[in-house]
Amino acid sequence: MADSVTGANPEHGADGDDPSRRDFIHIAAGVAALGAAATVAWPVVDQMNPAGDTLALASVEFDLTKVQLGQSVTIKWRGKPLFIRHRTGAEIAAAIKDDKAVLRDPATDEVRHKPGKAEWLVLIGTCTHLGCVPTFGGGDYGGWFCPCHGSHYDTSGRIRKGPAPTNLEVPEYAFLSDTVVKVG
Amino acid sequence: MLRKCLAIAALGLALAGGPALAAGSQKEPRTVEWSFNGPFGKFDRAQLQRGFKVYREVCAACHSMDLMSFRNLGQKGGPFYDPKYPNPNDNPDVKTIAKDFETSEIDQETGDIVKRPATPADRFPNPYPNEAAARAGNGGALPPDFSTLSKARMGGADYIYSLLSGYSTPPAGLEVPSGQYYNPYMLGDVSAFWKGKGHAPPGGFIAMPPQLAADKVTFDDDTKSTIDQQARDVAAFLTWASEPKMEERKAFGVGAMIYLLILAGLLYMSYKRIWRNVAH
Amino acid sequence: MSGHSNYIPKTGFERWLDARLPIARLAYDSLVDFPTPKNLNYWYTFGGILALCLGIQLVTGIVLAMHYVPHVDHAFASIERIMRDVNYGWLIRYMHSNGASMFFIAVYAHMFRGLYYGSYKAPRELLWILGCVIYLLMMATAFMGYVLPWGQMSFHGAVVITNLFGALPLIGQSITTWLWGGFAVDNATLNRFFSLHYLMPFMIAGVVILHVWALHVTGNNNPTGVHVQSKADTVPFHPYYTVKDGFAIALFMLMFAAFVFFSPNALGHPDNYIPANPLVTPAHIVPEWYFLPFYAILRAVPDKLMGVLLMFGAIAVLFILPWLDTSRVRSLRYRPTTRMYFFIFVVACLVLGFCGGRLPDDYVIPGLKSFQLLDADLNSMVWLSRFATAYYFAYFLIILPVMGLTENPLSQPKSISEPVLSHSAALPVGAAASPEKRG
Repeated sequence: MADSVTGANPEHGADGDDPSRRDFIHIAAGVAALGAAATVAWPVVDQMNPAGDTLALASVEFDLTKVQLGQSVTIKWRGKPLFIRHRTGAEIAAAIKDDKAVLRDPATDEVRHKPGKAEWLVLIGTCTHLGCVPTFGGGDYGGWFCPCHGSHYDTSGRIRKGPAPTNLEVPEYAFLSDTVVKVG
Repeated sequence: MLRKCLAIAALGLALAGGPALAAGSQKEPRTVEWSFNGPFGKFDRAQLQRGFKVYREVCAACHSMDLMSFRNLGQKGGPFYDPKYPNPNDNPDVKTIAKDFETSEIDQETGDIVKRPATPADRFPNPYPNEAAARAGNGGALPPDFSTLSKARMGGADYIYSLLSGYSTPPAGLEVPSGQYYNPYMLGDVSAFWKGKGHAPPGGFIAMPPQLAADKVTFDDDTKSTIDQQARDVAAFLTWASEPKMEERKAFGVGAMIYLLILAGLLYMSYKRIWRNVAH
Repeated sequence: MSGHSNYIPKTGFERWLDARLPIARLAYDSLVDFPTPKNLNYWYTFGGILALCLGIQLVTGIVLAMHYVPHVDHAFASIERIMRDVNYGWLIRYMHSNGASMFFIAVYAHMFRGLYYGSYKAPRELLWILGCVIYLLMMATAFMGYVLPWGQMSFHGAVVITNLFGALPLIGQSITTWLWGGFAVDNATLNRFFSLHYLMPFMIAGVVILHVWALHVTGNNNPTGVHVQSKADTVPFHPYYTVKDGFAIALFMLMFAAFVFFSPNALGHPDNYIPANPLVTPAHIVPEWYFLPFYAILRAVPDKLMGVLLMFGAIAVLFILPWLDTSRVRSLRYRPTTRMYFFIFVVACLVLGFCGGRLPDDYVIPGLKSFQLLDADLNSMVWLSRFATAYYFAYFLIILPVMGLTENPLSQPKSISEPVLSHSAALPVGAAASPEKRG
């Protein structure tokens, strides 16, 4: 800025002032003005993040007694489907058997459910490929199958075949009692 | 500068027009030294908790608060805020309060409307299913929703406090219609009902009978439960509910003003330097 | 003044760009090198302030539209959701609602400055008229924006303003119905007002570009009203006026911030925090403060059609102002008699604003009963606004044309530099009227 000052008005430019001080004031003023603009910019950006009421619905409690053995229930959580599956002994056995198989996204069945609660599988019901909702009972591995681009998931929700890169995501959840889970 | 003053005076004059309008016959609300007054004002948590209790035990029977959720009570700046629980949904006080209320939802299997205990994410339940029911239950008058009450009344907290604690026996010569109560702070005009001498008394009629009474609400912090105290506390609570982000706003504002002052100072110095050699 | 460019592309890329789209040249010529009279006072900073106001309203408005729901059942709650739940929503919404008032404060200062220094006179007639178009668009935008929160004042304000068009003979009722899209102000009205409220700021921005373009053709007027004659009269816009405008903007923002953070509802009306109810009208309907003078003119006339015509006439007269002022001298600095009438005009506008906020039958001097004149007491707001309205029109239609022909103006300086170089000593009014002294 200081350059353009003297440059723009050379007839006034000759004085004995210390140029570094003059620079400092103009630079400080310019930086302070930019700082003010940046401070205002943050609220404008942050307002697009989830609002208080949206975050308030971010956790749900669910009563598991509503789900029969061998059934799943789909509930809406954070705007997306959440699969809560009450797995049969056969499904659990099949999942454990495949722990040793070659997996694209290696994980044992053990880590995909809560300790001692192997019959309860809680998954976010969106395909990790591009977000479609897989259906249960289709595909080659007895688990979920995504109709959009043909991804196959097994009874533990692990990706076995198709374009999806990772297993169906297990959300953060906890058992509040034997029959109630809190998701989120 | 003179003309700048003129411009500011102009604005002042234009503004004076607004508030003056509502100056009817009612008494001016008594002013209270609220903790939340002024640019550094903050709500008094204990007062908000007491005020919520008054709302819950006295007002909530008729007055809805549709825009409020239980979680709001535990959010930053709220009456039950606890820094240990940044997510108000986890706040045990809020959970306990919510559980005491019932809210309705649709049973996903049968489609029936069923009642269940509320959760922090739920709204305050409306005491009436609809406006007609609210009117029918109150002699035709609609109890106003309290979500924005303090912002929706000239005088705000002062007015709510004055009205609630300001019921007085109607002066002799004033014929109070049945189902109505005289209140000197109420907006209105009672001259048509005035049979006494001289000017009609200030104020108006209100369909709500006096609600507060000494010891009607037991405060958990052993504050003496007088009518005046209850009115004060509930007015503070309603002011918080109208403007829950007030503390955040004022804190941001103090910072913004200081920053702008520094910025203005720097720009002024820069301006003086750039112009120092220009005859103008 | 325009046409000649001192832009010299320095780098290869700048030369490449300059040969294809000379956008850097445009920016340089209009924001950096633009020769600006060196005697502009602080009243001339409101142009820059207004540009900032428009920018703030656009940005905050686009943000609010991301969260607002234009439906009668949800509009009120969606705005309260912005205030309560959206991150910094309270800040953005209060900036937008108070920003409208700031915009009008600045535009009124800008207009009175134009009136005082004769900035509407040849060759700046179109510059002034474009400004009047902007002002009209601003009023329409502000009115429709005020409807959106769907509170009591929103709703009943919309009812009153749309009914103004009903005063027009023959077509009035059809126009009102067309505006409403129904039998009353309702959801259809809210939706179209939202759409237009979003559109109009961009129209304003378009006219602002024309306004600035016209400014750059004729160049700035200045407090002496004397044409720029040589380079000695001017300084480049940057850094001289960027820094001066910047300082003024910082001061203006201080006032803005004081409202937004410490008194965000002072300029509004409490009734607008009551959700709209078509069955109950608030005790007193008042427009926002910036419309009060026109509201007073409307109510000053007992006839509905005449009131509406006079109110629109108060704005229309601004459009023909360049041809009403017959004086050859621009700045009122050298027209002492007209200057006096101008200050009375400013007071008349303030009085109209004051009357617009009161009830027509309120006493001007409380408790003083005078006598009945025609339909109202002489000591009433309605008569006060009648006198002020009469003066408002007389100023434009009688005083300015007549004074221009009869007044004997003081001698003007030969150039902008002259009063500066002579240090104002020789000028009779220079010392008092030279605002630089007070800057």
